[in-house]
Amino acid sequence: MNSVKPNSYRSGPDERGHFGIFGGRFVAETLMPLILDLEKAYTEAKADPAFQSEMNGYLKNYVGRPSPLYFAERLTEHLGGAKIYLKREELNHTGSHKVNNVLGQIMLARRMGKKRIIAETGAGQHGVATATLCARFGLDCVVYMGAVDVERQQPNVIRMEMLGAKVIPVQSGTRTLKDAMNEALRDWVTNVHDTFYCIGTVAGPHPYPTLVRDFQSIIGNETKAQMQEIEGRLPDSLVACIGGGSNAMGLFHPFLDDSTVEIFGVEAAGHGLTQLHAASIAGGRPGVLHGNRTYLLMDADGQIQDAHSISAGLDYPGIGPEHSWLHEIGRVNYLSATDDEALAAFQLLSKLEGIIPALEPAHAIAKVMELAPKRAKDHLMVVNLSGRGDKDVPQVGDILRGKSK
Amino acid sequence: MTTRIDTRFAELKKAGRAAFVTFVMAGDPDPATSLEIIKALPKAGADVIELGMPFTDPMADGPSIQAAGLRALKVGMTLKKTLDLVRGFRKDDNATPIVLMGYYNPIYIYGVDKFLGDAKAAGIDGLIIVDLPPEEDDELCLPAMKAGLNFIRLATPTTDDKRLPAVLANTSGFVYYVAITGITGAAAADASSVSEAVTRIKRHTKLPVCVGFGIRTPENARAIASHANGAVVGTALIDALRNSLDADGRATGKTVNAVAELTAALAQGVKGAQQAAE
Repeated sequence: MNSVKPNSYRSGPDERGHFGIFGGRFVAETLMPLILDLEKAYTEAKADPAFQSEMNGYLKNYVGRPSPLYFAERLTEHLGGAKIYLKREELNHTGSHKVNNVLGQIMLARRMGKKRIIAETGAGQHGVATATLCARFGLDCVVYMGAVDVERQQPNVIRMEMLGAKVIPVQSGTRTLKDAMNEALRDWVTNVHDTFYCIGTVAGPHPYPTLVRDFQSIIGNETKAQMQEIEGRLPDSLVACIGGGSNAMGLFHPFLDDSTVEIFGVEAAGHGLTQLHAASIAGGRPGVLHGNRTYLLMDADGQIQDAHSISAGLDYPGIGPEHSWLHEIGRVNYLSATDDEALAAFQLLSKLEGIIPALEPAHAIAKVMELAPKRAKDHLMVVNLSGRGDKDVPQVGDILRGKSK
Repeated sequence: MTTRIDTRFAELKKAGRAAFVTFVMAGDPDPATSLEIIKALPKAGADVIELGMPFTDPMADGPSIQAAGLRALKVGMTLKKTLDLVRGFRKDDNATPIVLMGYYNPIYIYGVDKFLGDAKAAGIDGLIIVDLPPEEDDELCLPAMKAGLNFIRLATPTTDDKRLPAVLANTSGFVYYVAITGITGAAAADASSVSEAVTRIKRHTKLPVCVGFGIRTPENARAIASHANGAVVGTALIDALRNSLDADGRATGKTVNAVAELTAALAQGVKGAQQAAE
């Protein structure tokens, strides 16, 4: 399938929310009218200049955009190949790229008159961003978080509570991100009249993968302009980590039709691809979960399998449907990095650049460590530094102390 | 093409009473006990059996049905074994309609065409797939109709008059009205709003309308059955089953009876409704 290359990689999805065979609207009937309403509201908002201009104001003065495109001189020297630039999404208010999308969705929710916001979160970055904007706009906020993640991401749980959100630890299933998403969907199906579900990644039923991508595309659009200004040309390659894949899609999408730009997504290989991991493309196949068809980790009977990653934000057995499509048509190369590789990258970036990355983008840095030395010195490589590592300091500290003992 | 579902509802119409539809999870708490349970259901007064297909991520289900699915998966239940269970049931009962209910992924992975062929051959009459709205009819609904299986759609309180025709377009067998916005086993259904909704749906279709979600007691069942063509009970039966298990979640000598006794009591409630209505 898909042997014919499309004229543009940026025209999807179709009107039913499909990217090739991926995407769609696999939801319970109760939710169907809601996602049709959301699609209508989003189409109207996109066409409304007042919506865009209000959002731009908040992006500049509240989020702190544009985020810098920073030349990582010492990392570049150390690896001895490509010239490495970091897109500093970790400098955004709330410490990650998640706020770009949440701002857009919260503004949509306000337009739709919804007063109660629910969200799922893995690492807590999306939960913190949601709690932050709910505080800013005076909305009720409930965040579902797997009980395992509540344990390993305590700093973010405390932040969400300080911001006035109610954090509900999810005890069902594997007690991680996928179960948090199940529980958020159960809440939504119960509280349909006043509740807006703020999904944190480019997954879920149409139109979520599209609207999250659009709100995150500011990352790639800024990068394009900044690189033009600094180097006078396009970058040669892009690297980003992928759980659901929103930071990656935000960076990649504006470049999909620039055929000279090589694009690498990095999944979490956990303990290794032959053991427990979270690399849906490397180790999964197409299936249907959480409202969309996409690559999923599952057994022979179609039961969803446990994912594992050191990084709570990548610990999900699926991936956004547009990534599945970009994989199948071959526009993006999907790689994976193990827990150990990510830990090494976490330490390297901290020591060489004075930037402590979140464990999620540490997976991207890990692959930069492999890719950059094989590239020429005039090769321009951009890596999305999607979040800061403050939330991971206790966890990584425990691991490193445990290892040194 | 007439299915066992069509035949059963025609018989009930003639008898002037509503259907009692029971939901249990295939393979809960183990395949052998599960077969005994579904064999006992018609004897205890069930008119239609909905059989849950276990799935790891049942997004529309409450804690009771989630746990039932996990119990079944833990003892190795698969979609193939669910079909085996129905084959076992059909050895003694060729009249009681069986509807499989669950989520799409296990069927998609089994292969739609192969599944439909195997399901029909096993004696399955209809499908209720929670995460396949009419917008995704090409996936399974249309192939199922072609294969001679009823595709039973859920209508909900959020399905307004504008949307109802789309929801009913490719529905056959019966319409399942989900009486509450929410997950299975949550709130109790309120008989007067149910009556209004059933009347509204019946303006758009000649199919029988069964009502489920939130029906737990013979009294609930009687109240709902006097306004609808059928009452569906799931969580209450699964709770009775769970309460009969030993500390390790295994079946005991009481398990089959616990489900059968509650089924009999609920069936009395449904049958009482017909007398109340006459």
